[in-house]
Amino acid sequence: MIWNSWSDFWAMGGYGVYVWGSFGVTAALMLIEMVWVKQARTKALAHVAQELVAAQTQGKDWQG
Amino acid sequence: MMQKLFHYASPQNFYPLAGKLWPAFALLATGLTVWGLWLGMFVAPTDFQQGEGYRIIFVHVPASWMSMVIYLAMAFWALLGLTFNTRLSGMMGRALAPTGAIFAFLSLWTGALWGKPMWGAWWVWDARLTSELILFFLYLGYIALTSAIDDPRRADKAGGILALVGALNVPVIYFSVKWWNTLHQGASVSLTKGSSMAQTMLEAMLIMGIAFWMYAIAMALYRVRSIILVRERHAQWVADLPEVKAKTLEVQS
Repeated sequence: MIWNSWSDFWAMGGYGVYVWGSFGVTAALMLIEMVWVKQARTKALAHVAQELVAAQTQGKDWQG
Repeated sequence: MMQKLFHYASPQNFYPLAGKLWPAFALLATGLTVWGLWLGMFVAPTDFQQGEGYRIIFVHVPASWMSMVIYLAMAFWALLGLTFNTRLSGMMGRALAPTGAIFAFLSLWTGALWGKPMWGAWWVWDARLTSELILFFLYLGYIALTSAIDDPRRADKAGGILALVGALNVPVIYFSVKWWNTLHQGASVSLTKGSSMAQTMLEAMLIMGIAFWMYAIAMALYRVRSIILVRERHAQWVADLPEVKAKTLEVQS
């Protein structure tokens, strides 16, 4: 362990803004991307399901 | 072996494979990130020149590597797609591009935050920085181009050509620090000269690099499944998927 205290750790020897600005934005973008791909999947499933249902009801119309 | 590869080149077979694989890559990415951050932030010593500021390297270098690797992967898929006309190739290209764009942006962002305290400038029009900026624009261009063309096969072709031509920029980024007199420092790790860093620093950087790599694979595999679903929605196998059936029932009720 190289740090004497937590405040030492967060200060990063005076480079805190630069170091945490880098790590923070990296983590944030990765988290956003995870939420993003999850939403895309929900949307894709909904899109496919809606078309399938629409095709089914159309099929019934033709039969009826 | 070849037969197995061709088997998984069909979206129908790749969809379940990607579904099985992404959690493994996500788990690896998480574990390696924890390990790499521990080494990088708590074990690696202070740099004698840059103090604690050098620790930006643990996100900057991995993000920059991945921005180049992902573009090369897109070019590889583009080449496969353009020569063998495989459907999966275009989908993989599109699944990779957003993650690549994010890494290219992160490379520039963390680079700016590193450049300011060390060089005194957020940005300089230096060969390394400029070629990385071009890479970021190539990603955005690829995403814009493929989403602007309605016919997916034509969009794949156009995107594929852009991915292939743009790939020429990747060696330019990599060798820019050798070819031109740049402000950016030379490679920290070189295949011919070995490393110029302390052992723990190097280890932490490599572990973070592999972690980002695993993350990128997990993201691409997860994303390609959504793309396959929409593209292949008229195929019976999609309608037969349990997740699609469940959603269909939900829509009907």
